[in-house]
Amino acid sequence: MALQKLVQTLKSFTLWELWQGLALTGRYLFARKITVQFPEEETPRSVRFRGVHALRRYPNGEERCIACKLCEAVCPALAITIDSEQREDGTRRTTKYEIDLFKCIYCGFCEESCPVDSIVETDLSNYAFLERGEHILDKSVLLAIGDKYEESIAKAREEDAPYR
Amino acid sequence: MAHFNLLIEIIIKSLVILVPLILAVAYLTYAERKVIGYIQVRIGPNRVGPFGLFQPFADVGKLLLKEIILPSKSNKYLFIIAPILAIGPAFVAWSVIPFADGWVLANVNAGLLFLLAMTSMGVYGIIIAGWSSNSKYALLGALRSAAQVVSYEIAMGFALVGVLMAAGSMNLTEIVQAQQGGLLHWYWLPLLPLFLIYWVSAVAETNRAPFDVAEGESEIVAGFHVEYAGMTFAIFFLAEYANMILLSTLASLMFLGGWLSPFEGIPFIQEKLTMVPGIIWLALKVSMLLFTYLWFRATFPRYRYDQIMRLGWKIFIPLTFFWIILEALAIKFQISPWFV
Repeated sequence: MALQKLVQTLKSFTLWELWQGLALTGRYLFARKITVQFPEEETPRSVRFRGVHALRRYPNGEERCIACKLCEAVCPALAITIDSEQREDGTRRTTKYEIDLFKCIYCGFCEESCPVDSIVETDLSNYAFLERGEHILDKSVLLAIGDKYEESIAKAREEDAPYR
Repeated sequence: MAHFNLLIEIIIKSLVILVPLILAVAYLTYAERKVIGYIQVRIGPNRVGPFGLFQPFADVGKLLLKEIILPSKSNKYLFIIAPILAIGPAFVAWSVIPFADGWVLANVNAGLLFLLAMTSMGVYGIIIAGWSSNSKYALLGALRSAAQVVSYEIAMGFALVGVLMAAGSMNLTEIVQAQQGGLLHWYWLPLLPLFLIYWVSAVAETNRAPFDVAEGESEIVAGFHVEYAGMTFAIFFLAEYANMILLSTLASLMFLGGWLSPFEGIPFIQEKLTMVPGIIWLALKVSMLLFTYLWFRATFPRYRYDQIMRLGWKIFIPLTFFWIILEALAIKFQISPWFV
């Protein structure tokens, strides 16, 4: 008991535990830095990442969406608005397809419900709205995103296919 | 006319001290962010200029452009005067610091006394800032800071009394000259406990972590300077960092042989390094001590208020008394090589 007390006193007067702490942080000073320097580097993203939406087309250029409105029905945040009409060739097509990204919770139900793999969520996570109203993506914007990133969208779907 | 010339000369000399000092403060903030970043396995600022070296100037530019907000219920005059009271003593104290043999603005005989007086003045800035803000947090921060600075000043003063006894002078230049003879002749070795106590008190004195209860961002937001914005805030910041550099310089002068080369007395190396100017040695010692400030901040958690008071009053003050008595005996019996 007395020995314990002596050790304790020695420890506190030689600042033993403080030196130990300093040694630990001193070692970390030279440790490898783990910062990912964002605009130049990015962390890897899963193929299942749910970022901003896109509307896809078939290889012949025809849009996939058949205006079945399943996505609109399943959307828990009511972020999707669809109007449809019969086109001259007799098929049913959307005249209006809008997603409000401020309402969207990125749950991915729209993609899961889609019978023709038309609406998908891409792995794009870095986007900003510079003007008021830009947060509502209309049909042309969604199709443009789809056209631009079709390659990576298709590749991600293919990689994930065995597990769906 | 003669008076006028003297005035111009003094102003130029002051600028020669102040401009490098302010630059040193700017780069101390940069060093702090880098060092703490590295210890936390991050890389710190690296966007503005190469390796983020222009970051301090970007920060100053931002602070200069921001609005100075005057709280509507505050005492406006004191609110503006407080930062000036904080920065003034932090700058004035530099007038008696010798940077190398003879490089001193005012070679005052009681230089150390003047320095202690000036560093104690800084607490007025903090108290007045806390009171005039008319905010709970600011007032609490100011009270904590005042109590802490006042209690640690005593331990710090006694630690320095030990140096005075050893050197037999209050003139800073003479104190450094009394330490001539190399690394083992400096006062850090015979006065080791006093050196440690001085250094811990210096950390407490500048309200730096782990003694930063005056700021305590998790309890009282930012302490005495919650209500300050823009340039008024920047001036408090500047005063804090200028004080850090001041106390590091003082520690180098008192305990680490000031501008003296650490290789004095070692035959071969001594001759090689005689052309290194004294101010380089001083700067190296000061940077080393400043690094420990940053290291402490990255390592230790904040002290509880009662623990701070216990450490200051019940441990440091008795310990300094004890060592001063031992030292007096050592001087009486002329124990070499320090007390001859």
